[in-house]
Amino acid sequence: MLLLILKRIGLGLITLFIVSLITFVGVEVLPGDACTTYLEREAYGAALDACIKRLGLDVPAYERYLDWASNVVRGDFGYSLSGEMPINEVLGPRVKNSLVLASVSILIGIPLAIVLGIITALWRDKLPDIMISTITIFSMTIPEFISATLLILIVAIWLGWLPGIVIIPSDATFYELLSNIILPVVAISMIMTAHMARMVRSSVIQVMASDYVQMAILKGVPYWKMVFRHVLPNALLPAINVVALTIAWLLGGVVVTEVVFNYPGLGRLVIESISNRDLPVVQALAIILASIYVGINLIADLMTLMLNPRLKSLQIRK
Amino acid sequence: MSEIIESVKNLSIGFNSQKGKQISILRNVSTNIKKGETVGIVGESGSGKSTLALAMMGYIKQGLFPLKGECIFKSEDLLKMTSRQLEKIRGRKIAMIPQNAGQALTPNLKIGYQIDEALRLHTNLNKTERDKKISELLNKVRLPSPETMAFRYPHELSGGQQQRVAVAMALAGKPDLLLLDEPTTGLDVTTQAHVLELLRFIAKDTGTSMIYVSHDLGAIAQVSDRIVVMYAGEIVLEGPARKILKEPIHPYTYGLLKSIPKLSLSGLPASMPGSQPQPGSINEGCSFYDRCNLANDHCKKNSPDLEHIKELDTNVRCFNHKELINQNNNLQTSITKKSNNSEAIEVLKLKDVSISYAKQKFFDQLLNKISDQNPTVKDINIDIKKGETIALVGESGSGKSTILKSIAGLLKTKDGQIKFENDRILSSDLKMRNPNDLRAIQLIFQNPDESLNPNHTVEQILSQPLKLYFNLSGEELKKNIIDLLKKVRLGEFYMSRYPRQLSGGEKQRVAVARAFAAKPDIILCDEVTSALDVSVQAAVLNLLQQLKEDLGTTYVFVSHDLAVVRAISDRVAVLYQGRLCEIGPSQNVYKFPSHPYTEVLLGAVLEPDPDIKPKLVAEDIVEEKPPEKGCSFQGRCPRKIGDICNSEVPPWQIGENGNAIRCHINIEELASLQQ
Repeated sequence: MLLLILKRIGLGLITLFIVSLITFVGVEVLPGDACTTYLEREAYGAALDACIKRLGLDVPAYERYLDWASNVVRGDFGYSLSGEMPINEVLGPRVKNSLVLASVSILIGIPLAIVLGIITALWRDKLPDIMISTITIFSMTIPEFISATLLILIVAIWLGWLPGIVIIPSDATFYELLSNIILPVVAISMIMTAHMARMVRSSVIQVMASDYVQMAILKGVPYWKMVFRHVLPNALLPAINVVALTIAWLLGGVVVTEVVFNYPGLGRLVIESISNRDLPVVQALAIILASIYVGINLIADLMTLMLNPRLKSLQIRK
Repeated sequence: MSEIIESVKNLSIGFNSQKGKQISILRNVSTNIKKGETVGIVGESGSGKSTLALAMMGYIKQGLFPLKGECIFKSEDLLKMTSRQLEKIRGRKIAMIPQNAGQALTPNLKIGYQIDEALRLHTNLNKTERDKKISELLNKVRLPSPETMAFRYPHELSGGQQQRVAVAMALAGKPDLLLLDEPTTGLDVTTQAHVLELLRFIAKDTGTSMIYVSHDLGAIAQVSDRIVVMYAGEIVLEGPARKILKEPIHPYTYGLLKSIPKLSLSGLPASMPGSQPQPGSINEGCSFYDRCNLANDHCKKNSPDLEHIKELDTNVRCFNHKELINQNNNLQTSITKKSNNSEAIEVLKLKDVSISYAKQKFFDQLLNKISDQNPTVKDINIDIKKGETIALVGESGSGKSTILKSIAGLLKTKDGQIKFENDRILSSDLKMRNPNDLRAIQLIFQNPDESLNPNHTVEQILSQPLKLYFNLSGEELKKNIIDLLKKVRLGEFYMSRYPRQLSGGEKQRVAVARAFAAKPDIILCDEVTSALDVSVQAAVLNLLQQLKEDLGTTYVFVSHDLAVVRAISDRVAVLYQGRLCEIGPSQNVYKFPSHPYTEVLLGAVLEPDPDIKPKLVAEDIVEEKPPEKGCSFQGRCPRKIGDICNSEVPPWQIGENGNAIRCHINIEELASLQQ
């Protein structure tokens, strides 16, 4: 088991290494370099030379990669071009903001999705299912920029209950954030919950049709006991991976929602740094987002392994 | 007369078709279950037997609903009960033993928990008493080391063990009535015989009434006091087991019994024409009219009632049953095959073939070799003559299908050679074979549902090999397809049909036609009749034999069913754990002396005759890997003589009948032991 975990971590690290190579090479093969893209029209003469010198662009690419990579391993992403400040300082508050938005959405969205999924599955084709399913399909199909805009229009403008956009500095405290993020959370949760509820629904329906559920009924197991002991553990197992992907997607920045609500999270930073041609920040973001995906999927895989007795003993036997 | 436990009265169950028509799949069924009695419900797939059995627990599958009638258990109608009331009866008064215990045990719960759950629900025992009871129950169903068994998950047990756990779980609530839904289908022959023996013991020991549902008359014959025969949702015959099996007075039962291949007969079983009508397609007349050879105009217009015949204590649904009684038909007959037309030419030779499923290590991958000291299949030497049918027989894990895949080129061999025609070595890699070799060897799969593309019509399915190998097109292609369909006894109008519009037997005929389209020299048949009903199986076997006699094709026939093998094959090779045990002409392999494993297999075969009891000579343990050295059967052999069996591979000995046996025991001694 330990060997397996180490193996998976090793594979994750290799993935990250490849991602870092690709982003580095990608930035490298783009016409121009960090200085020319940043300085734009002023990219000539002394200014350019100074910039090249400052960023160390005069050394060969592989040396720069090694240099950059070893710094990243130590947790130092270098300097951003536009703000001329350490990238760590740029990233820090953004990561925190994204974490707050993501965790609130997760805490609300995932339990809600599971409950809705179970209700729709157990009352399949009856009124609760028809109602909830219609709503989920509806909120799944509306693009988030429309639903977000509609939310602003109704809640912020017509009713005036909540601020329409987030006008707080990126280093606001947690409590300051909380009152501002209700609308973004609702917008995100709508889509996320709908997707996951559909998944949970079909998974539960599949398990309900299995031989072992019929057996449990014929054994005289009371309905709710059967649902909790025989159905849910088996039905929610495949949901773990979907939940993991959703979490990674949330942490990675829900770009559209953040832009619509002007929310200072990672997603907006991606947009900003790309439009500012701040290549060091783009590089750093690529690595961070990749790490989030790899890490969360790793956790999900290991959890599935632990919870599924079938996989567990298979692995041990090997 | 003993007390009646449950009685079904005029029960009809059905569903609403898409057109809004009410279609019944169970029609007016009435029967009684007495205390201490075992009733066998037999019928082919779609006869409504499982629906009837589940209704007797008050359970109706989703999409179905009761149309009329009742299921009276202890003077209460189960079909009118609330689910709260049913919970008190299910598992406590009536318990179920499911068909496939592997799927009927909840995968995330330990064995002990699942039995404990039944005990908590249906008894008043406290924790320590329950723990004691769990090991008692596990002991009773003869599971090894019951103490540790409780802590295992279902998937950690073998199929036979899972079935035993299901039995233990059903017994936990001390039910008055046990419902068994095909409890041994899907198990290996030896395991099946052991589980049946256990069930018989439990019936006797606890005095529980049992309802045993199965398509297998062999299994039914072993356990039942009384038999109910179902056809197209109706009871067509009901009476004492011995009477039903020995002197069936309904033409369907008679035909069914005739279509079962038997060990004692060497020829092919007689087949019934046609197949069971679909629910809702019977409007008037007898439901068996189309397939009956006694039918007359009266049967076409009028549907017979269930008639009680006093002297036989039997109910029968047939106008002409007297004719069957008078005919005094002999069930012990079969169609003789044309004598072995195999010429002396050897068309396929397997020489020292070994096959390994071991994962290649990194270095071996570079060197393109497999280093596995103990491969799944080892040292297979078989020469197959042109025009013969050779059968590979053995239980699951015997390597029979593995060998077939290698001949087909789907699985690389580790060592040895496969030689085809004039000793030309055939590559074990499909991509290296030339198109003509690919055409010459065709494969028919077990399950036609999965081997036929559901989005292709029969015409498209059959035209593929014709286009690929013979470049046919237009009128010529069409003519060839019609010819092929004619060969497998299907009409021209089947061309435009999709697989889902065909019955199981028809689908397998299309699969046979597809194989023959390539005009092959050798056809590999992988359990081709296992997924079919008995009466359909007999028809497919007869078809295969007819085609072989007409076209001189060679068959390599893989099956776990010794009686089917006996019926179709000229020569039999018995395999255990990927090693050959015995090989010889089929009439001789089924005679003693035989390899101890063949003896075990033959002993476990269930015949549809209550007087022939299976002999259980070996434990039904499951071995996961072949032993590293010595005889492959050392772990289970009832005739093991000592260390030599563990250390040395036994020599081949040729018996006087011409069958070769691989055993350390002298063949004459073996003959006298097996007298």
